[in-house]
Amino acid sequence: MLVWSRSGRAFVWALFALVFTPVVLGPLAMLVIAAFAGDWNGVLPSTWTTEHFRDATDGTNLDSVVVSIQTALLAAGIALVVGTWTAIAARNAPRPVRRIADAVLHLPVAVPSVVVGLGMLVAFSDGPLLLNGTKWIVIAAHAVLVVAFAYATVSAGLDRTDQAFADVAASLGASPLRVLFRVRLPMLLPSLSAAASLALALSMGEVGATIMVYPADWRTLPVSVFTLTDRGKVLLGSAVTLTLLLATLILLTVVGLLRGKVEDRRSH
Amino acid sequence: MNAGATKPASAAAPPRPAASVEDAPHIAGAAETAAGTGAGVPAGPTPTTPPAIDITGLTVRYGQVTALEAFDLQVARGETVALLGPSGSGKSTVLKAVAGFLRPTAGRVRLTGRDVTHEAPNKRGIGVVVQNYALFPHMRVADNVAFGLRARRVPRAETARRVAEALEMVGMAGYARRYPRELSGGQQQRVAIARALAIRPPVLLLDEPLSALDAALRADLLGELQRLRADLPDVAIMYVTHDQTEALALADRIAVMRDARLVDLDATDRLYRRPPSEFTAAFLGAANLIPAQVVRDCADGAGDAQARVGALTVPADPARAFRAGETAMLVARPHTLGIEAAGADGTLPATLTGSQWRGATYRLTCLLDEPSGVEVRCDVATMDGVPALGQPVGIRLPADPCVLVPTGTQR
Repeated sequence: MLVWSRSGRAFVWALFALVFTPVVLGPLAMLVIAAFAGDWNGVLPSTWTTEHFRDATDGTNLDSVVVSIQTALLAAGIALVVGTWTAIAARNAPRPVRRIADAVLHLPVAVPSVVVGLGMLVAFSDGPLLLNGTKWIVIAAHAVLVVAFAYATVSAGLDRTDQAFADVAASLGASPLRVLFRVRLPMLLPSLSAAASLALALSMGEVGATIMVYPADWRTLPVSVFTLTDRGKVLLGSAVTLTLLLATLILLTVVGLLRGKVEDRRSH
Repeated sequence: MNAGATKPASAAAPPRPAASVEDAPHIAGAAETAAGTGAGVPAGPTPTTPPAIDITGLTVRYGQVTALEAFDLQVARGETVALLGPSGSGKSTVLKAVAGFLRPTAGRVRLTGRDVTHEAPNKRGIGVVVQNYALFPHMRVADNVAFGLRARRVPRAETARRVAEALEMVGMAGYARRYPRELSGGQQQRVAIARALAIRPPVLLLDEPLSALDAALRADLLGELQRLRADLPDVAIMYVTHDQTEALALADRIAVMRDARLVDLDATDRLYRRPPSEFTAAFLGAANLIPAQVVRDCADGAGDAQARVGALTVPADPARAFRAGETAMLVARPHTLGIEAAGADGTLPATLTGSQWRGATYRLTCLLDEPSGVEVRCDVATMDGVPALGQPVGIRLPADPCVLVPTGTQR
């Protein structure tokens, strides 16, 4: 919608600021302030310090950063492969099969994430596949939680892609595998990178299921934030949250740059 | 349709039984085509050389919906057959089944005698150009054209040579390094054809290749397709279109389709000059259909046949046998009709209701007095001597007898 009058534009901006400031900007600003606060008893902190921030990027908290990034990358990778595979398979499957795939893959986001965590514990605390107590149960839980988003994003991308591309590729003599890797997947690249970004961001922030399953040596950043604030260390918790935000931002920027590079190559 | 109706019928076939068009399509075999259209048309299949494309009883159903019903067609090596019909008539379905993009419910597809009905598209070796070209957007023009050759593991040097050759053929040699999005619609279409031809297919399927282009470009590319046709003397081409101009310009034979069925199949000029059904007459060349009474019993093609329109009795060329008194349709192309002053001897009385200037001609619309309510379109070069709108006029039928077709197959 185009707003033509000057006063109209001013009004729209004011309305936007009114909603955006308390809902998004306010909490973020408070978080940054808290991360660098020494004592905070009044409206604003009375003293400032970088101690919390140094603590947050040191020792076990630094380990948490590395753990979170590794978990996010692995879980997003698994979710992307499984989600894409299922989306492509479901598209060519009969309608009932497609419906079932839709339902099953969306189930993890429909139930509370603690349910997924509990399910993981019940399923993998005993043979044949014993994952409890290892980092793999965390990664598996994250993968299950984000696969729905990967599946949905890739499915939407597939719906926008004309079947004619794959048909023509096949008629030119390409095997199904060649059609997949040379035509279908490259054409899905924008959807795939969007799915990857979404999966990474969601995994970096996941706490509900992780808190149920994480072993002592694989504590993600959000779990650290939760335990710190739970123990009353709100300021340190804020500093750790800030590192979480920064780490996520860097990760997404890198994905974004890769994506931009690919799209650049196509448009020139 | 039964199997017997699909056998090639010779020009001297006995009069067909008085069945509706749906029941018995008028089909002429490829062998007959060669004689019918004269020079430049290749000979049809003989017992020793099976047709390049041989479709028998092809049926495609999606649940309750029938997309194609018992379709039969043979295309000889070097022949161009146009599948012509309105949208939803099943013509693209035929093409998809031949290419292997869908699995037919029943019937067979053979390519030079080899049954490919249940073969994957990548095993068939057919060149396909689809409506929106489907150029791979992430590949340069040269990589698009090389795609089929690389899939077939053609050596690198040979691939480069054949890509250059195919692009040269369609006049796109200077665009090899471009991406599809950097090309105009006409250029994309040329690349799509080059890509299909690079694998040197014995069969080329074109699915409405010009429909996405504007009128001027369409005319240009139609000329190029004709030239390309001459350059590929051995390739069998199946050309799907809803545009009769393209079909008339390119095809040796035209298969007219309607409601998932083959209606008529014959050599292009014969189908135009002597359409066997009301539907084909109207669809191919937008002929006027004037209801008439058959004066006396007549055989298919009888020289002495006559038909009565209103008070006028005119010679007619029956497309099948008719009985005296039977109602039939006289086929008259708009450009063969003349407009004269009302009451002129031997004209059909009518009222002029509209005139449209088309540059070279005027398209006049008239309502016949008898049978009343029948609209007749007439193309004239000049408005000199034509009465004003709303005035009575006389419509002069062409000197040559009009073709008489059975009624009952309205457009």
